[in-house]
Amino acid sequence: MEVGQMQRRLVDYTKSLFMEGFLDAQFLQLQQLQDESNPDFVVEVVSLFFDDSEKLLNDLTMALDQPSVDFKKVDAHVHQLKGSSSSIGAQRVKNACIAFRSFCEEQNIDATLRCLQQVKQEYYLVKNKLETMLRLEQQIVAAGGSIPMIELGF
Amino acid sequence: MRAKQMLATMSHEIRSPLSGVVSMAEILATTKLDREQRQLLGVMISSGDLVLQLINDILDLSKVIGDVLRIRQILTNLISNAIKFTHEGKVGVKLYVVPEPPFAKEGSQNGSAGSTANQSTTNVPKEETCTSTSQTSSDQRGFHGKKHEDSCQDRSQSERGTPVTNGTIDVTEEQAELPETTVWIRCDVYDTGIGIPENALPTLFKKYMQVSADHARKYGGTGLGLAICKQLVELMGGRLTVSSQVHCGSTFTFILPYKVSLSCDHSDDDLSDMDDHGATDDDATAGFFQFQPRTLGSLFSSNGSSRTQNLLAHNIGYVNSHKINGFSENCYSFPMSNGQTKEMDLVEDACSVAEALEISPEPESSFSHSPDHDNESAICRDEHHHNVVNAENRVSTRDVSSCSETSREVDVKVKITEPQLAAERQERSDSGFQSTLNSSREASNSISKPKILLVEDNKINVMVTRSMMKQLGHTIDVVNNGVEAVRAIQYHSYDLVLMDVCMPVMDGLQTTRLIRSFEETGNWDEAAKAGIEKPSPSSDSLQPDCTPPKRIPIIAMTANALSESADECSANGMDSFISKPVTFQKLKECLEQYLP
Repeated sequence: MEVGQMQRRLVDYTKSLFMEGFLDAQFLQLQQLQDESNPDFVVEVVSLFFDDSEKLLNDLTMALDQPSVDFKKVDAHVHQLKGSSSSIGAQRVKNACIAFRSFCEEQNIDATLRCLQQVKQEYYLVKNKLETMLRLEQQIVAAGGSIPMIELGF
Repeated sequence: MRAKQMLATMSHEIRSPLSGVVSMAEILATTKLDREQRQLLGVMISSGDLVLQLINDILDLSKVIGDVLRIRQILTNLISNAIKFTHEGKVGVKLYVVPEPPFAKEGSQNGSAGSTANQSTTNVPKEETCTSTSQTSSDQRGFHGKKHEDSCQDRSQSERGTPVTNGTIDVTEEQAELPETTVWIRCDVYDTGIGIPENALPTLFKKYMQVSADHARKYGGTGLGLAICKQLVELMGGRLTVSSQVHCGSTFTFILPYKVSLSCDHSDDDLSDMDDHGATDDDATAGFFQFQPRTLGSLFSSNGSSRTQNLLAHNIGYVNSHKINGFSENCYSFPMSNGQTKEMDLVEDACSVAEALEISPEPESSFSHSPDHDNESAICRDEHHHNVVNAENRVSTRDVSSCSETSREVDVKVKITEPQLAAERQERSDSGFQSTLNSSREASNSISKPKILLVEDNKINVMVTRSMMKQLGHTIDVVNNGVEAVRAIQYHSYDLVLMDVCMPVMDGLQTTRLIRSFEETGNWDEAAKAGIEKPSPSSDSLQPDCTPPKRIPIIAMTANALSESADECSANGMDSFISKPVTFQKLKECLEQYLP
């Protein structure tokens, strides 16, 4: 596939991620932070997010698996996840965390378990999407093209 | 109504985990699998899809009942499907502009195309294109999409027929122009399928009715499609009818009113303000995408002076929402009329979108951006110097939040530039940043580089904030909790502290209290009480001298921007707050205000 085609595909794909709510404007912030002095910023941040989140999800699963659930601890983990997903623009994950926290407050075991499922689901989805997107970018760069800049304007 | 509500709730509850199953299965399909696994997975996915479809039908039905506003969303979603089916030759579609039918005033339907006698009609505005992955010239006409979503439902009637060879879209239009006018569009969707027997016609549009009892078994379907179509059409003020011959085929006809005005301002169109995704220019090889803020108005057409006005209106709208986060130093109580987190976060989303839009340097867009940009920044500056009334914020917030219900609806316009232009843009943005750097550097030249402390435990937030500060020309020190922050301040002098509120070990509020206590008393007794050792009187630490310690600006970084939280921050001695997620613009303004 030639570079122009790949670039178009990338743009379409990225656009769809915004349209479908996987990413919000905060992600654009990240892209703007990537420049010559910081050429891999997005990949680095996103990778950090993946590592961090997976650990948090494991901790959450364990915490909710206890015979007596410590909701404060659960809430603390969700708070972290909410913070990081919000910082990179993973909107659906963030929203799932928000719902999660309100159920933690209520100390509702069933609801929190459902929320955990929801959060995991959203996480894996956005992970897959981001990985696909970054892979497309890599392919373009490898083929000698440049990543089309996405601009904002009215 | 309760039954319908229950139906809707149930469908929703079922749909979420079900879509989880399907999505995960789809992801699984992209991994390495052997043949058997792939087959099994294929069955999983198709079964899941079928059930999802069923649930969606039911959900749509319960939504349609009484909720006209959702219709646009449903219609938009069905467009590409419908176009696809026409291309596949499953149905043919004909469109006519017709005189106002008698039923519009009262009486029975009469949908024949005819002369324009007492009726005025207008050309379809070119801007009404809708996205389609395979765009042909015939698809470029405006509201085809709207017609097609109904035909998408209709297709289940005709699927089994012979392929319709000329599945193209014909449009006949009469021209006569009047300022604002209602155009009646008639659409025939026809096929060469099995046809419908006459005795089935009366019950055809009823819910769950299919032509025969074993129809579902032979052909699938739920019997809901036509009922949904009919309701959609009628809710839009039109009529849906059918004519058919067994073994020959069927023609479904609907007629809908469509308001058109000459000024290209479509905000009061009930049918036409869908997302405008497609390229409107033939030469747009670079793909021009429009994400539109649905709330703040209408489509941005590629022509038209009305656009500038629209721009202004929207700029102001955005400025209002922008104020909330950008000028946090002025607004301690976050302007929400209710305390619901959900809405607040939607506003945050909207605000962050607004700010993201704010950030862009002069774009290469074909729009005349500069005057509006200046206007906008003028407004910003003015507002900055006045104390913004909370009520005012509230109103504008509400406008934004009530309309931007889903992420989908908060839209952002995006444009792609070719690589060489990209370099140009980079240069320009650099110069934009450069002037920022210069100004902040100038300010700090006399004092030398300002020392900034970031107190934050989340690694990702640290990384993002650090990178933003770097772009603003600052390096920062980072600590991960309140205790470390106090220690840092005991040993170093800082010009600004960015303090996360929720942290382990010691939170931002307590930390700030301790710092303020030091500033007021000149000693670290309070901190010692909290368990933090006083600094040893060595040359490393700041020696308490006769002059009282300088008050450090402390900015809270809070994820929880409700008014109680803002008040709490201020009560504990913080000077201002930045709501998370932290954006470049928020940081920039904060630095401008609080760094000397």
